[in-house]
Parts: sequence; C-alpha cells; structure tokens
Amino acid sequence: MPAAALDPGLLLVLAVMLPATGAVAALALPGRWAGRIAFGLWPLGLAVAVAVAWTVWAAGAPLHYAVGGWAPPLGLMLRADGPSALMLLVAAIVIGAAGLYARADLRPEPGATESRAAVVFWTLLMALWSALNAVALGGDLFNLYVALELLTFSAIPLVCLGGSAKTLQAALRYLVFALVGSVLYLLGTALLYGAYGTLDIVLLSGRAGPEPAAILACALMIAGLAAKTALFPLHLWLPPAHAGAPPAASAVLSGLVVKASFFLIVRLWFDVMPGLSTAAAANLIGALGAGAILAGSVMALRQARLKLMIAYSTVAQIGYLFLMVPLLFGVPQAEIAANAAWSGGWLQLASHALAKAAMFLAAGLIAEAAGHDRIHGLDGVGRAVPVAVLAFTLAGLSLVGLPPSGGFAAKWLLLSAAVATGQWWWAVVMILGGLLAAFYLFPVIGRAYADGTAAFARPRDARSREFVVLALAVAAALLGLSQLYPPGLLRIGLGSGLAGAGVP
Amino acid sequence: MTAGIAVDIGLAALVAAMALWTILVRDAYAAVIGFIGYGLLLALVWVRLDAVDVALTEAAIGGGVTGVLLLRAVGALHRGAAPLEDGPPPGPATRRIAALACAAVAAGLAFVVLGVSGPAPTLAPLAAEHLPATGLKNPVTGVLLAFRALDTLLEKVVLLLALIGIWSLSPDGAWGGRPTLGRPGRASDTLRFLAQLLPPVGIVVGIHVLWVGANAPGGAFQGGAVLAAMWILAMMAGLSPVPAIGRPWLRAALVIGPLAFLAVGVAGIFIADGFLAYPPAFAKPLILAIEAAITLSIAVTLAMMVAGPPQRPGAP
Repeated sequence: MPAAALDPGLLLVLAVMLPATGAVAALALPGRWAGRIAFGLWPLGLAVAVAVAWTVWAAGAPLHYAVGGWAPPLGLMLRADGPSALMLLVAAIVIGAAGLYARADLRPEPGATESRAAVVFWTLLMALWSALNAVALGGDLFNLYVALELLTFSAIPLVCLGGSAKTLQAALRYLVFALVGSVLYLLGTALLYGAYGTLDIVLLSGRAGPEPAAILACALMIAGLAAKTALFPLHLWLPPAHAGAPPAASAVLSGLVVKASFFLIVRLWFDVMPGLSTAAAANLIGALGAGAILAGSVMALRQARLKLMIAYSTVAQIGYLFLMVPLLFGVPQAEIAANAAWSGGWLQLASHALAKAAMFLAAGLIAEAAGHDRIHGLDGVGRAVPVAVLAFTLAGLSLVGLPPSGGFAAKWLLLSAAVATGQWWWAVVMILGGLLAAFYLFPVIGRAYADGTAAFARPRDARSREFVVLALAVAAALLGLSQLYPPGLLRIGLGSGLAGAGVP
Repeated sequence: MTAGIAVDIGLAALVAAMALWTILVRDAYAAVIGFIGYGLLLALVWVRLDAVDVALTEAAIGGGVTGVLLLRAVGALHRGAAPLEDGPPPGPATRRIAALACAAVAAGLAFVVLGVSGPAPTLAPLAAEHLPATGLKNPVTGVLLAFRALDTLLEKVVLLLALIGIWSLSPDGAWGGRPTLGRPGRASDTLRFLAQLLPPVGIVVGIHVLWVGANAPGGAFQGGAVLAAMWILAMMAGLSPVPAIGRPWLRAALVIGPLAFLAVGVAGIFIADGFLAYPPAFAKPLILAIEAAITLSIAVTLAMMVAGPPQRPGAP
C-alpha cells in the first residue's frame, strides 16, 4: 500500500535497521567487504539522522512508528523526540569520524583476504550504531533492553580488539559491570510490567504512581544504567577499558556508548516516572555526579599515561550530565524542556561526545608518533603531528569549558541553573571541575608544543587522519555558538503532546 | 491442590538450595554442575507456572548450552590455560558488600511481590484477541514473531554479535580457521556410540519442536537448541568435522535467519501494513518460513559458540 510506504515514521525503522543489516551482511560476505559496507552505509545513515531531526523540528512534535502495525500496549512504538534526534546526529558524526580514522589503522596487509581486527571492528561498529539508534528511538522498556544488549555485545569485544591479556582483563571487568547493569534493568522492567501491564513509556507515564513496585523498579533500573554509564562509584571498569581499546574504538566507547545508558536514565526519570522523583533521590544522584567530577578529575591529574588520563576525564565529564537531575528537581513537567539545565545537560552530552572522540583519536596519533603514551615523554611531539595536537588543544577547550566551545555553553547553562535555583554547591563543584581539567590538560598541551630531544616518527596516513580529528575538534569547539540560534529541537519532548506521540 | 502446593514449596526450596550451593561451593566444576541443575529445576518451576515455552527455553539454554559452555571453560582452566591475573581475589569486605546488595535486592523484590493484592494486570487477553490475525494458535509465538517481532529480530542480531565476540578472541593467525572441539580422534567409544544413536532422533525432535511452535509450546529457539546439541555431539565425537569459521556455507547459515526475517519485514511495507507486518492471508506461512530460517541460524550459532574461537588455521 503506497500510503504506508510514504510514512515518515519509516525513517525510524531505517535508523535502526540499516546499520544492523550492514553488520549481518558483513558477516556473510568475505572480510574485505566489511569496511566497504560500513563506508557505503555511513552517508545513508547520516542522511536518515538528518531527516529525522528535520522532520521532528519542522513538525514541532515527536515522530513515531508502530512496528508491524501493532499499537502499544500490545506492539512496539518507535518514537523520536528532540533529544532522540540529537542522539542520532551525534552518533552519526562520531561513528563516521571513528570509521574514517580506523580505515588507515585497520587496512589489511597486502595479500591478506581478511584480518581479524578489521572484520570484527567494522561489523561491531555498524551493530553499535544500530544499538545507539535503537536506544534513542525505543518507546518500550523491553525493546530498550534488547537495544542495550545489542550495545553491550558490540561494545565489549571492541575493548579487547588488540588481543593482549591486559585488554582482555579490562573487557571482562566491563562485561561483569555491564551484565549486572542489564540484570538490574531487566528486573525493574519485569516489575513494571507486573504492576502496570504495559512497557510503553508514554502509557506507563500515565499509569505509574509512587507505589513500592514503581519505586523499586526505578531504583533498580537507574542503578543498573548507572553501572553501564560508569557513574562514580561504579566507574572502576571504565579507565582500563577505554584506555586499552584501539583509538577509534575508544572514541566511540567514551563518546557515545556511556551516553546511551545515561539517555535511558533521563527517559526514566523525566518521561516514565516524573511523579516519583523525591528531593532526596535527586540530590543523591547529583551528589554522585559531583563525586564523579571531583574524583575523576583528581585521578586524571595523577595519571602518567595519556590515554588513561583521557579515560579518567570521561569519568569526570559524565558527572556533569547527572547534575541535570537535581537542577531540574521541582520544575513542573511542562517547563522542564524550556529550562537552562535541560539544554545545558544535552549540550554537555553532545559536546563531550565530539570533544572526547576527538581527544582519543588525537591521542592515538600522538601515541603512534611517539611509540608510547607516557605524558612525560611527549615533549615536542607537536612537530610530528601538529594538527593532532591542535585538535587535542581545541577538544581540551571544550572539556575545560572555555568559550566559545560547546563545553563552555553547557557548563554556563548548568551554572546559571544552579545559581537561579539557589543550589550554589553544584556551581562550586562545576567550577572546581573546570579548574582541575585545566590542570591535567594544559601540561600535556604545553609539553607537546615544547622543544624536545626525542625523535618522533610521522604516522602512516597521518594527514587524512589528522584532518578527521581536527574536524571533530572544531565542531566541539564551535558547538557553543549553536546557542545563538536556539532551534528549539530539544524542547520537543515525548510529553509535548501525548496524542502526537502515538498513544491510541 | 495441597499436593500441588507441597510440590511447589519443595521445588522452591530446592531451587534456593541449588543456587546457594552454586555460590558457596569452592570447586569451579562442582559450581557448574550446580548451575546446570539450577537451570533444570528452574525449568520445572516454569512448568508449574504453566509457562511451558519458557520452561523449554530455560532447559535448553539455561541448563544445556550455557552448561556446556561453562564446562568447556572449566576444562580449559584444568588443562592449564593461564587464568587472567586481576589483582588479589575479592576480600571479605567486597564479598560482604556484594552479599548485602544481593540481599537488599531480594528483600525489596519480596516486599513488592508479596505486597501485591489481586491479579496483576496482563496483556494476555489482548494478545489472545489479536492472535487470529496471525493465523497462529500459540500466543507466545504470536508475541515473538508478530506483536513484538522487532525484539526477536534484534535478539537474533545480538546472538550473532555474541558469536563475533567469541571469534574476536582468536589468535590473529587463526582467523578464518577451525575451532577445536573435543580431542580429535580420541573420543571415547561411549561418546561415539551416543553421537551415532542420538542425532537421527534429535534432529526429528528439533524440527518437531519448531513445527508445533505455531500452535503449541515450542518454536525456533527451543528447536534450534536441540539441533545445535546434536551437531555439537557429532563434532565432539569426531564424526563431523568442525568447520573453519571462514567457510561461505557456514556464514550463509549464520545469517539466513536474520536476513529472511528482515526481508519479510521489509516486504511488509509494500504488501501489508508496514515494516514487520504480515498480510493476513499469508501470515502463518510467512511466520513459519521465518521460524525455519532462524531455527537453522540459531542452531549453527549456538553450536559455533560452544566450539569457541578458532585455534588453528584452516582451509579458507
């Protein structure tokens, strides 16, 4: 039926299934094809992400699609609101950059039919993209569980792609944390179904009240998702995993994967259970976020290795995201999307994704030039890979929070929300976090530009890779300017018109 | 009724005891045996709850395939594979914190579940009401292949990812080569006898479980697990060679299920109400065709998972 073929909701199906199909096809075809399929799919996937964002923005309402024609509660609904569209765009950009970078890294030896690392990387990168989109678009808590599993199983093998015992150990530790997180999430999902007879997010938001089952379910799910997000003090798995993976994988893991579980925490907290939040719970989450900022920054300061320092910086930057929760406590449901803390949180998510991906890729080039990533041995590495060091510097601006970077705009919005609501203690933590970031990042940049006696080699294909890294870093550094043209995309929430969100 | 309650209480006590044994026993081999027993007991619990589909899956996957995987892991450790050094083993404080966290979750669940008054809300009547549109008679298959087909499709991709994850652990030189399963040429006579006796029966049972799944408990996952078990048996006994992971027919068998599912899903956009929708007149044959394809893929995926990462180069 032609009308169905023109349903714009099919864009959501494409966003999830296009990369998933690519991953399956890559397994079926000879190994050389895995990379080609990924590169063929990437422009299509990017176009789908742009089209979804455009459609949501132009309509001013969420886009939705009932899979198989079965409406909730029986069937599954895919939904895109403003934050989903943002996630789709950020994922497409970072995946593309990681892919372009990895093309030089993973080029098979001449004569080899397929290499283990290349086939595994490309297949999992596509599966991971599908999983991220499924997390952003899922409208049903069990469908989101499947999306999380897809994400976990595509992310973990990337950690030990290098094959050393050390990375295998890091991957196993990640697996334990991630699986405990999955089990807790699944327990909560089962409890919610038992209590309310539906798993659809929008239907649940109308039915769930402050009953013991809902409170326990929410606590279990948020705890499980926090373990997957590496929220302090559940962050122990992250530094070895993100520091040990190949650069392109680290960029995706640190930039995108931990954001997906955070995205679901926001969904649960603000869309499914708006009535459940109490001041104590909101402040506990805020306190863990503050703990992450301080502990992560101090640990980053103490690292002797570049990649570990960047990984600890991820622990700290994740903390800022969680400050959204206490800063939006008490704000009426209808006004949340217009609040500075809401825009600030999402901007932090986007700018950290771009900046951290750029930083890990830049660190990859720096480590390749130096042959190691010990910070005290990097004096003068800027002469071998000048553009990579420039990108590292620009990404650093965003992490520290200097204008006009996305990190600056995000932290400014969060700070102003803290001041406006009289919660100055969160503001103090944020300012301290920015200072500490400057303390651990600027010495590295200083060393890279300093004179040194060590000999550095220019890496293979350095030019094309440096360009990719610089583009990402420039995007992160200029993201703050997007605040000058508030597109209002982020204000389109699932709550903005329940009828439009596809509730029968 | 009282006899039923006595059985239930006894079963619950056994499940709890088996779980405790699995955690407390010091020997890894004994713990795995405990885990397999736990899976089989849990299957009985599902039967008592009238969830025969879940029981079959729990027995096949929770008890069977996972059990074999764990036994192979323990075997590898006994043969002297170097265990990963991950710092000192967890101290008493860590153990106590873990135990407390588990106890807190259990207590919270008990509080909530025991506090429920009246029957829990359910979608079962709604599923039953719409089942005729699928041509099926087993509502579980209706949920898996029609109402929530996207979940099932993505789960099939997850299964493939798990296999890729296992393969990714192979040494670089062995990529595309053969996994090692059992000790080639040194299988015991008993194993060889079983591997000749069981597969003809098992293959029929597996296909039967798949076929009846449309109308009665059963389906692709359970049927696939039985077929996988038969193939594993034949490979372990050395009667059937373990294929190199680069073999085109193997790759085709792995992906045919998800690809067939996807193809029917996309066709639904043009011949039915949308992605993963079935035209009512052909719903049942299409669903059976998808199930047949995913049964094959599941069987091959599970068997290759048990076989593990390739260890030696094979013919490309």
